[in-house]
Amino acid sequence: MDFLPTLWFVIIAVLWAGYLFLEGFDLGVGMLLGPFARREKQRRLLINTVGPVWDGNEVWLITAAGATFAAFPHWYASLFAAMYVPLVVVLLALIFRAVAFEYRGKAETAAARRLWTIALSGGSLVIAFGVGVLLAVTTTGLPLNANGDRVGGPFAWLTWPAVLGGLAVVGFCLAQALAFLALKTDGDVRVRSARLLARWFPVLLAPLVAWVAVVVAGSPRTGAVAALAVAAAAAAAAWAFAARRAEGRAFLSLGVFLLASVAALFTAAYPVVLPSTIDPAFDLTVANASSSAYTLQVMSIVAAFGLPLVLGYQAWTYWVFRRRMTEDHIPDAHAVTRIV
Amino acid sequence: MDPLDIARWQFGITTVYHFLMVPLTIGLGVLVASLQTAWHVTGREQYLRMTKFWGKLFLINFIMGVATGIVQEFQFGMAWSEYSRFVGDVFGAPLAMEALLAFFVESTFLGLWIFGWQRLPKAVHLACIWCASLATVVSAYFILVANSWMQHPVGTEIIDGRAVMTDAWAVFTNNTALVTFPHTIFGAFAVAGAFLLGIAWFHLYKRRAAGIDTVDEAGRVVVGEDTDRGRNRDRTDYLVWITSLRLGAVVALVSFIGVAFSGHAQAQLMFEQQPMKMAAAEAACHDGTGFSVLSIGDLSSDGATTCDDIVGVYEIPGLLSFLANEDFTTEVKGVNTLLPEYQEKYGTHLPDDPMYGERAGQEINYLPLMEVTYWGFRAMITFGGLAAFAAAVALWIVRKGTVPRVRWLSRLAVFGILAPFAANSAGWIFTEMGRQPFVVAPNPTFDGVDQVFMFTAAAVSPGVGAGEMLFSLIALTSVYAVLLVVEVVLLFRYVGGGVGSAMPELNDTDDGPGEDDDVLAFAY
Repeated sequence: MDFLPTLWFVIIAVLWAGYLFLEGFDLGVGMLLGPFARREKQRRLLINTVGPVWDGNEVWLITAAGATFAAFPHWYASLFAAMYVPLVVVLLALIFRAVAFEYRGKAETAAARRLWTIALSGGSLVIAFGVGVLLAVTTTGLPLNANGDRVGGPFAWLTWPAVLGGLAVVGFCLAQALAFLALKTDGDVRVRSARLLARWFPVLLAPLVAWVAVVVAGSPRTGAVAALAVAAAAAAAAWAFAARRAEGRAFLSLGVFLLASVAALFTAAYPVVLPSTIDPAFDLTVANASSSAYTLQVMSIVAAFGLPLVLGYQAWTYWVFRRRMTEDHIPDAHAVTRIV
Repeated sequence: MDPLDIARWQFGITTVYHFLMVPLTIGLGVLVASLQTAWHVTGREQYLRMTKFWGKLFLINFIMGVATGIVQEFQFGMAWSEYSRFVGDVFGAPLAMEALLAFFVESTFLGLWIFGWQRLPKAVHLACIWCASLATVVSAYFILVANSWMQHPVGTEIIDGRAVMTDAWAVFTNNTALVTFPHTIFGAFAVAGAFLLGIAWFHLYKRRAAGIDTVDEAGRVVVGEDTDRGRNRDRTDYLVWITSLRLGAVVALVSFIGVAFSGHAQAQLMFEQQPMKMAAAEAACHDGTGFSVLSIGDLSSDGATTCDDIVGVYEIPGLLSFLANEDFTTEVKGVNTLLPEYQEKYGTHLPDDPMYGERAGQEINYLPLMEVTYWGFRAMITFGGLAAFAAAVALWIVRKGTVPRVRWLSRLAVFGILAPFAANSAGWIFTEMGRQPFVVAPNPTFDGVDQVFMFTAAAVSPGVGAGEMLFSLIALTSVYAVLLVVEVVLLFRYVGGGVGSAMPELNDTDDGPGEDDDVLAFAY
């Protein structure tokens, strides 16, 4: 076993888990903006529950991609080039969503505000689905040739496991967001999100469970099966807590469910980082896709210093903004008065 | 259509666009942090207002830089997968470090700053904006390390056909990076300085035009007030603009000096490291010592591999030698001398290797597009110099405390904001186009790393078709165009609102219910 490439495989799994854990709820809150919020103040309440943290959460995605580039250039190159069209769509969604956070509150007309709501809400949905597709094909494979290039055209990635992965992340984000809102708000939003979570829990989490089960069934090694068992237990616990309105424990159990699911996926996939559906000989693995030992050493030192620091100050941020929020906390909107 | 051409257009457009936002973010971020520090230390109201107003414009711009930056990181793998495979071992590291060590800090602490105005102790809140703004500078360093490696690969060996990092210290202290970093950071401050100068001038002019501020017989300003109808243009408002104007002008001037010196250091390195880029910057066919002020002829090297039709109309003798080597006699090699050298070292035709796809065997044109390099180089210097000259003139004009009541001067100040932006874009277009036909330019300085280079023709993703590339080019370009309009409209609106657009409490005329502890100080 190559120690350093394996370590970096684990670090990348951690980065994806961190991304899904954190951005999971802010993507979900974004999606809920349209269908869930009943009035403008409520929409703004939702946006502001994640206002201070969404950008920091998104950096987990950027770091996951950057770390893949640095530690496994072949994985990064083959996956990103093969997923060209879906990634363009995800990028557009990321752009619109980010800009909508900042610009929505600056819109002067109701129509403009509605457009930004669509950008934020629709953008969140597209990102969650796209990230799910990206991770799903990473575990189930793409038609890659000997050079790692995709054959079969721009939509060769479009398979049922890809769609399942997309639905899995969308469902998880919605569940995570409902648990988050129940924990983070008070009043109408708190009551309704707790109720919705308890009611829709199985529907929202079924795709993720199914995807993990499919991947683990294909490679049933002990660690993966154990992680799947933990995930299932955490999901059951989360549902029970959600039904009893134990908001904090429901949110944490969902988090454990996610971490165990990601662990199961990556453990089952190891040592393959990107399977080729054409010929297993073309599979990208931790051994043949990784950077040199020297580069991985340098990166390990940086990560050993940087990653705990990130966890520290992000945790502090959540502590600073720990208060529950209600619609009463949201200041009235004010238009800019032109003075010249 | 060749996917290579589309991929290059896409990279060029998205990068130049991204780099419209980035310099303003870098420069303005540090200035806002400095202004908040001034408020923290002196307690003067004008610094608080400046912090809030410029901070608001900073945020409107910041988010666009964030949104368009993600495209950059993804696009290496998407459109340039062969490049990513070849260089990932060394090139990926600074990108990953940028995300982990800089971008996390930037995003997290900016969130704390935006929402932390009444939540955090004042000193901690101040520390947050410093963390965020200094992280943007650190971010620039990592990205420039990556770019400088493409200009001048160091610390790397070819192992199994891939560039493998052997000395991280060499990569992170690449002399190209160490001169490019200050050049770029000073360039960013030049943008921020002109931004403050132009907008502050506009507001001072509007105060004069509305008759709020007047001048006495000696030409000194007599500051007035207009606080009617919720339009808060009091004496502190005057202080906000005059201080901003002077600060902006000084920053622009100092930055220009920094840009000039670091640029000179860059030119010296370029002369050694990428002699063809230097020759192309001058459209110099023959060896010589003169800096071309104007050359005419068929600059378009579209397909051409010589430049014999170019005639220097006027040149300054010795200046080019000074730029390159700090004397007036060194012969700077021209294209006609360099071309055979490049052909001998790196071949006349692309090798018959599958990595070149259908482009294998094509003749290599070592000549960058000279109308771009020649005019890009000159546009950079001209716009940068004009902005600095304007800043000096502006400082002199406002020496008695305000701007003249002259509308065209105010318009000029506002349009002048664009000059350093143009200089930045021109400089980057020059330096990236001047590196062609290489995506990783060969390093002629040291023996042993001579073989670390890559032709752009080999870098593009082999599995991605022209249709896909065209789709993304059109989609990204149109979205970028729309969002640029949105950003500019918002900036205009918030500038038009003055400080009150960032501090609505200033415009409240009635005494109202006052501060409510339960309401957030800031919310989206």
